[in-house]
Amino acid sequence: MNKEILLGDEAVGLGAIHAGLSGVYGYPGTPSTEIFEFIEQRTRKGGNVHAFWSTNEKVAYEEALGMSWAGKRSLVCMKHVGLNVAADAFMNSAITGTNGGLVLAVADDPGMHSSQNEQDSRYFAEFALIPCLEPGDQQECYDMIFDAFELSEALRVPVMVRLVTRIAHSRTAVDTREPREQNELKPDKQIRKWTLIPVNARVQYAGLTEKQPELVQRAEESPANALDLRGGTGVIACGLAGNYLFENLEPDHDYSVLTIRQYPIPPEKVRALLDRVDDLLILEDGYPLVENRVRGLFGLEGVHIRGRMTGEVPRTGELNPDIVRKALRLEPLPTACDAAGDLSNRPPALCKGCPHTDSFRALNDALEGFDDPQVFSDIGCYALAALPPLEAVHSCVAMGASIGMAAGAAHAGYSPAVAAIGDSTFSHGGITPLMSAVQQGVNLNVLVVDNSTVGMTGTQRSMSTGTTLDKIILGTGVSEDHFRVIEPIPRNHEQNVAVLQEELAFDGPSVVVARRPCIEAQKKRAH
Amino acid sequence: MEKNIILAGVGGQGILSIAFVIDHAAMDAGYHFKQAEVHGMAQRGGAVQSNLRYADREIFSDLIPAGKADLVLSVEPLEALRYRQYLRPGGWVVTSTTPFVNIPDYPESDTLLGKLAALEHVIMVDTAHLARAAGNRRAQNMVAVGAASPMLDFEETRLLAFVERLFARKGEKLVAVNQRAFRLGRAAGLFFRHSVAAGLAKLDSLRLLRKLDPDSIDPAQAEAWAAAIEDDAALLDRVLGSEGTVACDDVPLVA
Ligand code: SF4
Repeated sequence: MNKEILLGDEAVGLGAIHAGLSGVYGYPGTPSTEIFEFIEQRTRKGGNVHAFWSTNEKVAYEEALGMSWAGKRSLVCMKHVGLNVAADAFMNSAITGTNGGLVLAVADDPGMHSSQNEQDSRYFAEFALIPCLEPGDQQECYDMIFDAFELSEALRVPVMVRLVTRIAHSRTAVDTREPREQNELKPDKQIRKWTLIPVNARVQYAGLTEKQPELVQRAEESPANALDLRGGTGVIACGLAGNYLFENLEPDHDYSVLTIRQYPIPPEKVRALLDRVDDLLILEDGYPLVENRVRGLFGLEGVHIRGRMTGEVPRTGELNPDIVRKALRLEPLPTACDAAGDLSNRPPALCKGCPHTDSFRALNDALEGFDDPQVFSDIGCYALAALPPLEAVHSCVAMGASIGMAAGAAHAGYSPAVAAIGDSTFSHGGITPLMSAVQQGVNLNVLVVDNSTVGMTGTQRSMSTGTTLDKIILGTGVSEDHFRVIEPIPRNHEQNVAVLQEELAFDGPSVVVARRPCIEAQKKRAH
Repeated sequence: MEKNIILAGVGGQGILSIAFVIDHAAMDAGYHFKQAEVHGMAQRGGAVQSNLRYADREIFSDLIPAGKADLVLSVEPLEALRYRQYLRPGGWVVTSTTPFVNIPDYPESDTLLGKLAALEHVIMVDTAHLARAAGNRRAQNMVAVGAASPMLDFEETRLLAFVERLFARKGEKLVAVNQRAFRLGRAAGLFFRHSVAAGLAKLDSLRLLRKLDPDSIDPAQAEAWAAAIEDDAALLDRVLGSEGTVACDDVPLVA
């Protein structure tokens, strides 16, 4: 047995390698990125694991499903909102079922450190009728990957491992095991299973529902769901929340505690707890999923249930030991100082010399003269252009949404309809809306800021940059006259403003590519 | 034994390198440890922190509860103030005094240093000055961890061994520079603490330390300096007004 210092994400990655992984798939997204990166680095020099970033999460999921079809173990990782993109493949993979073990590691971001929302992926697991494991620490991140693959192969369904930011991005020493061999190539040629035309899908779906009692049974028996019956006040602590609970309790505390780390919710264990307590606090780092299920529509006779829905725990935001302390009605610990209330904030900003600064300065100047023009933007470093001093973009919703929203606004008669999107986000979700807009002849202006990389998440490989990007854009049908490339450097400012102004004046779809590498990526490439 | 440290700074200042050194020392010493860090958007020049905990028993929370931090170790003076409400009574702030100004409303330097000096338990070091003396301005993080090192539960040689491991890939020269930065920070931090304990005003100690030849700084001389300055009100101004740097063991000579 070895010990390694690992992030939760890295522990998931190493666990997967040691559990006999054959392929890892994903699209970068905080806080999930390091799972893939760890596997990629660890297996670069051998190990025969396919590790290549995918164009988006849906593609990644489908590739992982294909690997499973072929009999091998595959891991697909993404952030919570990435699962929205992959949802079509994900939901239907539960219906087809799997062959080789298929594990979805999805990292939620309660508190929205780097995300647009804090949706709770456990709902997706419940929605798809598959098991979900929720590690409470980094050692469990490693260990639970083995369990997840075994569960997947035993039940022939995909298994979700749900992380949250604080698990994903926290480091500790992890004990590792002997690696397991990879599976043999053994394709699953049961055509009716994989061909979800209605006549087959109905059978498959019925089969999935028939598996549910076994999922529940396994959750009841799992040591991950530990019940410790003591006094009449109870706590259900899900995943990481258990850590915040035990941080605040002495070992000889008098609470009856159920920790839940494997779903579906184990009803017998919950019932045993409810039989013991008349006051129950439910702690979840995410939505009040367990809380709502346990309370039901009308509450429970004889048990007072507290949690996010009753205000003892804030309805939104991530948990921390102080919130849990308060919910336990314990006195706050004494501190040396009060909070520094009047401190200047230090928000993130574009790097010094970032190409986006020049691109958006040019766009701002080109739009001068329009009455309060709004720019639809997208997910990436350039979303920081929404903040002072640039204040150049006015929306950031979903991967690729800049183009679709600009098109919709143009349909409604809004002009100028401007979309700003990065090269990698374009390949992820921007191609199809551009194709739509071009085919419809919409009067919209797209600015693709091509920095040759996925900047925000740490400069991963972009799928569509340089000439590949140009060919894709022209391939959507944009006219060559209204496809322009500029280099966003301070010296070119006037000239770039002029190009943008010309295209803004054109009545039809136009695309301007502002091309200059991310300076962080350049630094890395120089190494 | 349990030690809870909040590492603070600005994205890109290398607080994760500090964490690397302490994490490895903790594992090496057989302690449990957990270290939560910030990745993603905030790393683009925003305020970043890392919660680092080690103990001789199991640690539950990755985050340090308010009132349990023993130490805020900051590579930047404004950031040192951001987490002070986590300090337990008697907890320490060890901070760089070198501002990283990337916001329009960055406080005036005197106001900021005054606020830091007003903290009861604080050690202030001019990390840029000492890192430059060590040979690389980027080594400020190692100056800072050096300054805090007497409060950590590890031998100096163990910590230096992990500084070496951290920079080994980048060549011998950088290892030497960073180890030197660590040592200068350690000496300056101890000198500051001892001189202040002996009655020297914090900001005076900071000024004096900037004037001393970095390689000569000897914490054993701190009390003598404090006493000499107390005896002779004009001494500090004379020292600060003199040409070049002053050797730390020159107390009587200058006096
Ligand atoms: S990482 Fe690259 S793209 Fe992002 S702000 Fe920095 S230079 Fe710009």
